[in-house]
Amino acid sequence: MSSSCLAPKHGRALMSVRDGDAVEIAPGVHWIGAFDPGLRNFDMILRTANGTTYNAYAVRGTDGVAIIDTVKAELADDFFARLEQVATLDEIRVIVLNHLEPDHTGALPELLRRAPQARLIISKRAPAMLKALLKPTDNQLDYELVDTGDEISLGDRRLRFLNTPYLHWPDTQCTYLAEQQVLFSGDVFGCHYCDPRLFNDCVGDFRFSFDYYYAHIMRPFKSHVRDALKLIEPLPLRLIAPAHGPVLRERPRRYVTRYRELSSSNEAFDQPFDASDQPASLIIFYLSAYGSTTRMAEAVQAGAESVPGLRVSLYDLEGGEIAPFVDLIEEADALAFGSPTVNGDAVKPIWDLLSSLAGISLRGKIGAAFGSYGWSGEAVPMIEDRLRGLKMRVPVPGLRLKLTPTTAELDSCRVFGRQIAEAMTNTPSKPETAERVIDFAELSP
Amino acid sequence: MAKAKVTFQDIDQTVNVPAGIRVIDVSEKIGAGIIYGCREGDCGTCMMHVVEGWNNLTEPSVLEEKVLRENMASRHDRLACQAQIIGDCTVKPA
Repeated sequence: MSSSCLAPKHGRALMSVRDGDAVEIAPGVHWIGAFDPGLRNFDMILRTANGTTYNAYAVRGTDGVAIIDTVKAELADDFFARLEQVATLDEIRVIVLNHLEPDHTGALPELLRRAPQARLIISKRAPAMLKALLKPTDNQLDYELVDTGDEISLGDRRLRFLNTPYLHWPDTQCTYLAEQQVLFSGDVFGCHYCDPRLFNDCVGDFRFSFDYYYAHIMRPFKSHVRDALKLIEPLPLRLIAPAHGPVLRERPRRYVTRYRELSSSNEAFDQPFDASDQPASLIIFYLSAYGSTTRMAEAVQAGAESVPGLRVSLYDLEGGEIAPFVDLIEEADALAFGSPTVNGDAVKPIWDLLSSLAGISLRGKIGAAFGSYGWSGEAVPMIEDRLRGLKMRVPVPGLRLKLTPTTAELDSCRVFGRQIAEAMTNTPSKPETAERVIDFAELSP
Repeated sequence: MAKAKVTFQDIDQTVNVPAGIRVIDVSEKIGAGIIYGCREGDCGTCMMHVVEGWNNLTEPSVLEEKVLRENMASRHDRLACQAQIIGDCTVKPA
């Protein structure tokens, strides 16, 4: 059962977990997950060069066994084979779900069928998802909700829960086995990396995979990562048992430190614009076929810069790569996109950029669109719709100009830029005296 | 047609609207800070806080009540994609 790289640290051989073996990762705690070495693309967003693992665990106490998470449905047989090596089904007292995504709950329906006496333990945000996942025909589902600090006793040991929402779903939580100082962290500290040597000190170099996973799964929820770290960092940690990738037994704290580094680069972003030491940042991206949208962009920049306390940046999308622009966008407070209309659409580099932002949070940033056009000018409203879809605010109606801008039209671009800047700094140029009431009919369609 | 005033506190802007219109239809046009997700009352993203005029919005449906509960809404929080304006009110992002 226990195998290979499991033996105490010194002199351990780099051997693999034998097919179907459960692995003891701490006294009375077994890994009962599954390897998926053939997977090359996870959830259509993450590439994986050697597959992934779905990590599930069994914790034995004097009063019964807890199962923590399960595996993807297709690999349920592996999970049950390992589970049955370390416990009988009637010993299972609780099933803890740290995260309800199907790669961790695929074997849950069958587990509930085989161990109907087991109590389901989920976070307080999880019930709606659990119902949507299991679709109980009689709408009856028994479960127990837990929050930070709640404990469940297994007799001689206790499972304590940490509510860690949005890492990376609303329902996510971590489970801590205090007596053994083991943190079952769910997707936190996980990565898509499949190596049957299982432990971080035995597997290949997976650092790139760890950072890549963070960048695509956790990065959109940076502020929630920091909230979770406040709960995790004070815990004594002998071992971190994540839901994907290597089990972290060698210097587990360095992975916590890495999360702190990755999530702290931009603390100021979450502050209100005027409360930060940094000036609020507006970035203007544009493309231009004949120079008209370029001239508009420059005028928008000039208008925005007339408002003090801002840093305005101007970039031609033709001259840059997507990835550094995404980093810039994450840190910006407002974004303006200038595109000509070609065949009734914005041009492709705009869409390439606007479809590359799933890894960062744009919520509440200010967005704006402008551009020159020849016939109909659809690009601007299409970009505005996309910005709203990305949960940005679009407080200043888009600006479209037909072909070559006149001097007066460039003035309107400067006004447009100034209005964006004023929306960022909450300093509208309208007179303060009159009550600011407008009629719905005056709003643009 | 009956009229009402809705004030978006975060941007200090009041709009005269025809009664019966949903908050989403005004706030998106005016660029207020309420953020939208599914736009059909399911995800809870557009939760807003009603500062004044709680009774001047249509009553929440059973489904809206459920989504509010699941998202741990405070008293006088509503979904901006569901609430219709029937009298003067002031709202802000929750």
